[in-house]
Amino acid sequence: MEFFKQFAVPHPSFLIYGAMVSIGLAMLAIVVGITYFKKWGYLWREWITTVDHKRIGIMYLLTALLMLFRGGVDAIMMRYQLSMPENTFLDSQHYNEVFTTHGIVMILFMAMPFITFFFNYLIPLQIGARDVAFPRLNALSFWLFFMGMGLFNLSFIIGGSPDAGWTSYFPLANNEFSPTVGTNYYMIAIQIAGIGTLISGINFITTILKMRAPGMSLMKMPMFTWSAFIANVIVVFAFPVLTVLLAMGTMDRLFGTNFFTTDNGGMDMLWANLFWVWGHPEVYILILPAFGLYSEIISTFARRNLYGYKSMVASMVVISVFSFIVWTHHFFTMGQGALTNSIFSITTMAIAIPTGVKIFNWLFTLWKGKIVFTTPMLYSVLFIPLFTLGGVTGVMLAMSAADYQYHNTMFLVAHFHNVIIPGVVYAMIAGLTFYWPKMFGFMLNERIGKWTAWIMSIGFLLSFMPMYITGLDGQARRMSTYSEAAGFSMLNMVSFVGAGIMAISFVLLVYNIYYSIRYASRDIGSDPWDARSLEWATHTPVPEYNFAVIPEVASTQAFWDTKKNGHELFKGKIEKIHMPNNSGWPFIMACFFFVFGFAMVFSIWPVVIVTLIGILVCMAYRSFEKDHGRYISVKEIEETEAKLRGAKK
Amino acid sequence: MKVDNSLPLEYSTEENSLKILGFWIFLGAEIMLFATLFAVYFTLENRIGNGPSGAEIFEITPVLFETFLLLTSSFVIGLGIHAMRLGNKKATMVFFSITLLLGAGFLGFEIYEFVHYIHIGATLQTSAFTAALLTTLGTHGLHVILGLFWGLFILIQIKKRGLTPETANKSFIFSLYWHFLDIVWIFIFSFIYLKGMM
Repeated sequence: MEFFKQFAVPHPSFLIYGAMVSIGLAMLAIVVGITYFKKWGYLWREWITTVDHKRIGIMYLLTALLMLFRGGVDAIMMRYQLSMPENTFLDSQHYNEVFTTHGIVMILFMAMPFITFFFNYLIPLQIGARDVAFPRLNALSFWLFFMGMGLFNLSFIIGGSPDAGWTSYFPLANNEFSPTVGTNYYMIAIQIAGIGTLISGINFITTILKMRAPGMSLMKMPMFTWSAFIANVIVVFAFPVLTVLLAMGTMDRLFGTNFFTTDNGGMDMLWANLFWVWGHPEVYILILPAFGLYSEIISTFARRNLYGYKSMVASMVVISVFSFIVWTHHFFTMGQGALTNSIFSITTMAIAIPTGVKIFNWLFTLWKGKIVFTTPMLYSVLFIPLFTLGGVTGVMLAMSAADYQYHNTMFLVAHFHNVIIPGVVYAMIAGLTFYWPKMFGFMLNERIGKWTAWIMSIGFLLSFMPMYITGLDGQARRMSTYSEAAGFSMLNMVSFVGAGIMAISFVLLVYNIYYSIRYASRDIGSDPWDARSLEWATHTPVPEYNFAVIPEVASTQAFWDTKKNGHELFKGKIEKIHMPNNSGWPFIMACFFFVFGFAMVFSIWPVVIVTLIGILVCMAYRSFEKDHGRYISVKEIEETEAKLRGAKK
Repeated sequence: MKVDNSLPLEYSTEENSLKILGFWIFLGAEIMLFATLFAVYFTLENRIGNGPSGAEIFEITPVLFETFLLLTSSFVIGLGIHAMRLGNKKATMVFFSITLLLGAGFLGFEIYEFVHYIHIGATLQTSAFTAALLTTLGTHGLHVILGLFWGLFILIQIKKRGLTPETANKSFIFSLYWHFLDIVWIFIFSFIYLKGMM
């Protein structure tokens, strides 16, 4: 019995037990459902072992949507807790756990997979390739990410959630102040997911550099691919820092080393510095692909070429460099001295320049365009003013002297939500709506979609604008409650109402999917938005091999030129196509990682050793394996093509 | 599989050249990994708490042996790749075997060094300095261990399958990895040991 005690949740409450039961029931329902409909074989053959970038992308999407709702529930609980003074809905420990997991889930397990979904689905299609450079590594990336996500969410019901904030600063995150295994989960689950992200970064860079269609020079790539390329370069240079950081944190917690302790020479600020050396580039990894999506959507629905293509690229390169030299602005108040603060203050403010260039480029793209107000366009147009607001408050925060007033207040919370929600979340939903017909062969309902966008924006403004005011009035972030005399209650109640309205908009999004599955027309062709780049030049649904004939490109808007200017896209004739074989090994290896991670969290060393050997055996097996892939014959391709052309009419 | 005979065997298919570029990018990530470790080491170098300092524990003899073994192994694997390009299977295998033996010798000295440190009371838990030192050296050492197994697997594959585009590609990539570990060691030697002993 002694052994099992460590798995108990340290601060059980009605909410956690309720969640346990509902998670248990949902798992049971899924298992029973799959068994009843005899779908295990299908699941294994078509999804778990797949190396197809499109299917892997869709699995990222499902994970991201699931996590959006988990993180959303956390958000609602926090807003409810703060909506009234002296509220007792969550105790302070539980509140710590909720804000910690909200941050990590939303950044690493919602926004990251959402973006990786777009990378996976779109990059090969946009550059006219048949898959990514390393399809099997791509599957491994996904499964490592998925297992990291699963491990992290397990903390909620087994052993306790991390409670030291998503930044997990030491000494707060050490064994003394964070005695549950929660922070072990943080260190190890993020490590596993991070390895997956790093691998996919390498994969996408190689894909973009080497697999572009003939004629597509770097400066003729669609803007989303450019943004993805730069984001993945940042991934490759920023994530190793996180790897080392988490390894050191793990050693401090499990092996008693003194990296971040306050005695024996340890230095707690080292954590804060290294965390943000990774963490600040990380936010640009999120926002740059979002900018890429907006560029695609705005130019499609303004019916114009993207204004200032070269300056768009240049500004992203500048942002990616600057993203590595601003990290100190996250802790101006933590004792660097005036000179250091001034330097980082200036580099931070300088980022506003390339970002401003991008905003103006979008505005000039709209200028004199024949604007079509579809749902994705509505999100994009709402994004511009809302994001600019967030950017301006960012410049306020960047002034280090003034930051002593804003630091760790709700003003900061309002700022970063103001850039992340209109910046990233809107882009994700806009992109999802935009590419939905390409993936699933029908469109999401426009009426419901527009309602969703407006309700979300109203909810967003109501939730976060009051925080600017309470923050300036001194409401600290991460405080589980406040007294009535503080005078924050009214504005916090408004915030709670706003959060509720946002929740309604997300429910509406789900309803839209349900509604469109039932009622939307399937007869939409392969280019329902009259779009401009290569991903729309192939059939819907996209065949396994993407393009029967590799397209030839002469401009940034190859498909548009084909439709309007007589450019001939597919010149060659059909030849047999080489495709990679499916493989179960990425999944099996990731399962070893999962058990390894779990055993590490609880320091069950025999299991750690066994699973580590398992991981190494998987790698050895892969080294010896002979797998030359398979060929799709010309006859098969012609049959598929004929069928898809027929289905289009 | 399309084989382009005008290129060296390891670059001869599209898949091969993708793998080589991908590995270079991976080495970029590895540079960041070790750069972070070095940054941590330089930050914590003088924070020795109650433990010993670098000057007190470093010994030049095993370090020189390690350096000599690893640098030689890097030269020998270069010879191995040269032999591979000439299509000489036997010479390739001999040079690869010598590389791995030298690597194993390096590892032996490093293990001796670690045992020595622990023996004189410079353990992982002693101070921030020892933690950073042993983590940096240990990360490099783990890379060498992994490399030994990887190299061995490739050696077996060359023996069984001959010098094909696949095995040549694997050997070439492995040689990139091995040279990289050598370069990292040069930094460790200069900026951890020599600097620490001065």
